Amino acid sequence: MKITYREAVRQALRDALTRDPRVFLMGEDIGKYGGSYAVTMGFLEEFGTERIRDTPLSELAFVGCGVGAALGGMRPIVEVMTVNFSLLALDQIVNNAALLRHMSGGQFSVPLVIRMATGAGRQLAAQHSHSLEGWYAHIPGIKILAPGTIDDARGMLAPALADPDPVLIFEHALLYNMEGELGATETGADIAHARVRRAGADITLIGYGAMLWKMLDAAEALAADGISAEVIDLRVLRPLDDATFLESVRKTRRAVIVDEGWRSGSLAAEVSARIMEQAFYDLDAPVARVCSEEVPMPYPRHLEEAALPQASKIVAAVRALLPKV
Amino acid sequence: MSDLPVPYERDYALRLVRHMLRIRRFEEKCAELYGQQKIRGFLHLYIGEEAVAAGAIPALKSEDALVCTYREHGHALVRGIEMPALMAEMYGKREGCSRGHGGSMHIYDARTRFYGGNAIVGGGLPMTVGLALADHLKGIRRVTAGFFGEGAVAEGVFHESMNLAALWKLPVLFCCENNLYAMGTRLDRSESQTDLTVKAASFGVPTRKVDGMDVVAVHEAAKEVVAYVREQQSPMFVEFQTYRFRAHSMYDPDLYRAKVEIEQWKQRGPLHTFTDRLKAQRLMTEDDFQRLDGEVNAEVAAAVDYAEQGEWEPVGDLTRDVYTPS
Repeated sequence: MKITYREAVRQALRDALTRDPRVFLMGEDIGKYGGSYAVTMGFLEEFGTERIRDTPLSELAFVGCGVGAALGGMRPIVEVMTVNFSLLALDQIVNNAALLRHMSGGQFSVPLVIRMATGAGRQLAAQHSHSLEGWYAHIPGIKILAPGTIDDARGMLAPALADPDPVLIFEHALLYNMEGELGATETGADIAHARVRRAGADITLIGYGAMLWKMLDAAEALAADGISAEVIDLRVLRPLDDATFLESVRKTRRAVIVDEGWRSGSLAAEVSARIMEQAFYDLDAPVARVCSEEVPMPYPRHLEEAALPQASKIVAAVRALLPKV
Repeated sequence: MSDLPVPYERDYALRLVRHMLRIRRFEEKCAELYGQQKIRGFLHLYIGEEAVAAGAIPALKSEDALVCTYREHGHALVRGIEMPALMAEMYGKREGCSRGHGGSMHIYDARTRFYGGNAIVGGGLPMTVGLALADHLKGIRRVTAGFFGEGAVAEGVFHESMNLAALWKLPVLFCCENNLYAMGTRLDRSESQTDLTVKAASFGVPTRKVDGMDVVAVHEAAKEVVAYVREQQSPMFVEFQTYRFRAHSMYDPDLYRAKVEIEQWKQRGPLHTFTDRLKAQRLMTEDDFQRLDGEVNAEVAAAVDYAEQGEWEPVGDLTRDVYTPS
């Protein structure tokens, strides 16, 4: 069955609300408005005001309220409209959600799920185009998911809710309208492993979220020239599944990491370091990265496109690593 | 000092004395142990403010929840966290109530529903609201009490949390311990409106000001406000006007307050003014006090022994409790 990424997230949420009375949603404009990305349209009528809670514009308070409700035995799903606004809630995510289990000597787990849209590509300019999931992936105590496919959008929520610790789910805003076949994900997706999305022999492309599709486009273009690229979708940004990308890199002996975050201190830097630490002697070329340019996101389309990783840039990075034919 | 009669039976009154004395002697010992470097890190003493925890917390039921601050030893003791486990936590030993992972600022206890301990000013407030929301959604009529200093009122999160609790009519008791100084900054140097109840009232929440140096005033008010929150299942704000006799932390040279101001507040010290009243009413003798003090000192000594004999977490367990074991 063909559905959109939006519909996949929506089905997952509906499923969670239907199956577990402890689950409730809270966030800005998720109820009456129907969700900033229309993911929760109609939920208010279906599940009522107690379980679909429109919040004031108080990211810090409602995220922290989610931490408290999780401690109190509920299974809150907090929607922070976008990663850009999550900066206002950082204290509660970093200092409470992530640390409580450790600080309390293992007494209190925080089974909280926080969803947010992330990423650029819609000419929303500097303050509305961040990709900061790499920042969050820096922090022990939380888990970070980045569903890049319809199946993961549908399947990652249930295991995230079943997880006793806080899980942040980053949905790239450009993916909501993407259509695709929904596979069988009734039992939920695995939230521990990266996936090989396209098998290849000459080079490994590693990325996540919306970058998955740019990597696949690049792989397609490279295939036309007889270059076989393997594409790895990280899916889980913390804890990182080293084994899957290392196995691929040991086979192809070359890697390009694609990251919509800025290059300095990025998740791409972490993946690169792990390859260097664990597969250095298997490499035939230095690891390369295609990241966002180190500039606040400009508004005009041509500049935004120039600032972001593109399939053409990935292709160029790959060619630079391969021996000249 | 209030000269109103203490409205309690002798045993009831002595329990309040014992609560305050346990906090006082425990913390005096902590200060001493800090000097010996047995306790490290930050240590924020509650001495001078004992009447607030001692009077307010017994008004809560055991099923109610508490969220406190980094100045929470007193709250923990009154709530019923065992003194040996608390002292072991101060040492950072594995026998500590937070397994030694937290120390002075991160006291947790699931058994007594004590949710910290929070070292970020105002950081516990939204959690307080969330615990109350969980009760509301589950249909359990309990109270969640959040303790915080007047410094937290300057944080946006205070206003966001008050608003959320009021908007959603959640059973939260906001307990503001106004000791006048946010670290070294006096209230009138940081707030344009120094009447904190005015700020709270703007959320449509009933408010109350209480003499936080008078354990009777605190206890009587606490019984009423806890009952209000429980019955109405909606929030209330109480300001306990109090004063800390010690510096903000062990690092603080206390240069921002006049010695005479500290002395004036000490005249109103919660422990001696209450015992003076009890003696004047013949509810207590000096012998009673000495006996109580002896018992408390013995309890503190036993807690220190327990902490001394406690074990260090093996380094091999360094990363335990980052995630819940599956």
